[in-house]
Amino acid sequence: MLSRYDTYRKFKSSCMSGLAILCAILVVTPLALVFIYLLKMGFSSLNWDFVTKLPKPAGETGGGMANAILGTLELMGLALVMGVPIGLMGGIYLSEYGSPKLNGWIRFGADVLNGVPSIVWGLVGFVLAVAPMGGYSAFAGGMALAFIMIPLVLRTTEEVLLLVPTSYREAGLALGIPRWKITVNIVLRTAMKGIITGVLLALGRIAGETAPLIFTALGSPLWNHSLKEPIAALPIQIYFYAISPFEDQNRQAWAGALVLIVLVFLLSASVRVLSARRKK
Amino acid sequence: MNPVITHKPFSMSDPVKSDPVTPLTTQPVAAPPAASAPAAPVEIAFDIQDLCIYYGTHQAIKNVTIQIPAGSVTAIIGPSGCGKSTALRSLNRMHELTPGARHTGKILMKGQDLYGPGVDATLVRRRVGMIFQKSNPFPTLSIAENVLVGLRLNGIRDKSFLNQRLEESLRMAALWDEVKDFLNRPGTGLSGGQQQRLCIARALAVRPEIILMDEPCSALDPIATAKVEELIHSLKAQYTVVIVTHNMQQAARVSERTAFFYMGKLIEYGPTEQIFMNPKDPQTEAYVSGRFG
Repeated sequence: MLSRYDTYRKFKSSCMSGLAILCAILVVTPLALVFIYLLKMGFSSLNWDFVTKLPKPAGETGGGMANAILGTLELMGLALVMGVPIGLMGGIYLSEYGSPKLNGWIRFGADVLNGVPSIVWGLVGFVLAVAPMGGYSAFAGGMALAFIMIPLVLRTTEEVLLLVPTSYREAGLALGIPRWKITVNIVLRTAMKGIITGVLLALGRIAGETAPLIFTALGSPLWNHSLKEPIAALPIQIYFYAISPFEDQNRQAWAGALVLIVLVFLLSASVRVLSARRKK
Repeated sequence: MNPVITHKPFSMSDPVKSDPVTPLTTQPVAAPPAASAPAAPVEIAFDIQDLCIYYGTHQAIKNVTIQIPAGSVTAIIGPSGCGKSTALRSLNRMHELTPGARHTGKILMKGQDLYGPGVDATLVRRRVGMIFQKSNPFPTLSIAENVLVGLRLNGIRDKSFLNQRLEESLRMAALWDEVKDFLNRPGTGLSGGQQQRLCIARALAVRPEIILMDEPCSALDPIATAKVEELIHSLKAQYTVVIVTHNMQQAARVSERTAFFYMGKLIEYGPTEQIFMNPKDPQTEAYVSGRFG
């Protein structure tokens, strides 16, 4: 026999559950809507030409974004090579070697850098690479993206390394293994999956960055042949095509956006696969 | 085998005296009993002189002077928080890992100052191994790789040598028969007792001269504990073992000498039998008879 208070309690409980479910739907729905809309607008323009051909001059129909797709991948590779080692070493320092006072400042600095608008990194890349080199280049684009990656990788690496139990380090030390070997062979190895997860997440973040690339990589209608040349990238190409007055280019912008979101989706999915395997 | 020890437990440099109870006159002169023969002085594994260890302002070890003989098992007993683990960790310079740790006093290992200028802590730890309370095999390595990690990461590559050491170490740890068929399984796939024996095999593989054990059986069931104690017995001949334990019966079972610590001080140190049957200090007596601890 339920008392009046029990009935009221149950009602409150169902209200809260309903509210939580409503919020979940509110979050997922826009995501699903965006994706479905992109699919609708862009799928028809996705064809073999799109993935293999260079852009045609304005006004002409046909052509594709092959150089932009490749360019995005190339820029991500450059950012990886330039940004991950620095972020990784920084994270190792914070976790294994740092002093408590200095560590606080480094973390604070990394957190501030994480919040810097990406267009600022584009300007930094312009000043550091484009102006001295006398021209826009893939290298500058990679550098600007690397700046975005570094504080991200640093923080995630540090957090993952701190999760490695101290007992492993002690066991290694008790065996008379030098400290740097313990860090590289035992600690890093134990944390490797977490570090890779962090790197993939950072890659997903920079895949869609447009603003830093505008001042550094510039974009290009041609294939890229050298690090010193400008390079096309999906976000830049989408931007220019979307604001263009030519309908064909607008159509291709949708397709480009679809390809970009599929790329980010694949990166996130691989993160989940990695995390799931870790639990075994 | 053990020379008769005088009643001054702190100083092993006293000449060994013959057991006054054994009547020498009835013995044939040509064959004196081993106990009364002037044996070579026992090698000292650790000569600790007036050791004080501080963690920041807190003093964990107060003026401890003790000599630990080589080739035998010495137990350190005492209630929780009395400084046994701290004392043990100072023997292979592991207490330095705690920030704010410092010490005064000297620790000599077989005559060499462990903390002398220019002494590399890494080299010290290769000669003095340690087993921890909670077994900690490396999770990303297989059983074989776990055992050999100390050798591999110190540059030894010769496969046949490594394989030989692997088998020897696992046999010494009484684990060979149980794991020889799946040496490539991950180290963490074993039971708790097996993992601890794996850690012992790992420590033995680098052939240290001295093995320190910090409550190695406290996380193990009685059967696994018995296996580890058997293992300690078999190590006695070639290694020096210093074991910290809060299980007094275990100390009585495995050790030849026992040191009783309380509140950072060494209260009493002597042959195990004497500490447990005939303790001299009233605090020792109170602890071993269970009145506190």
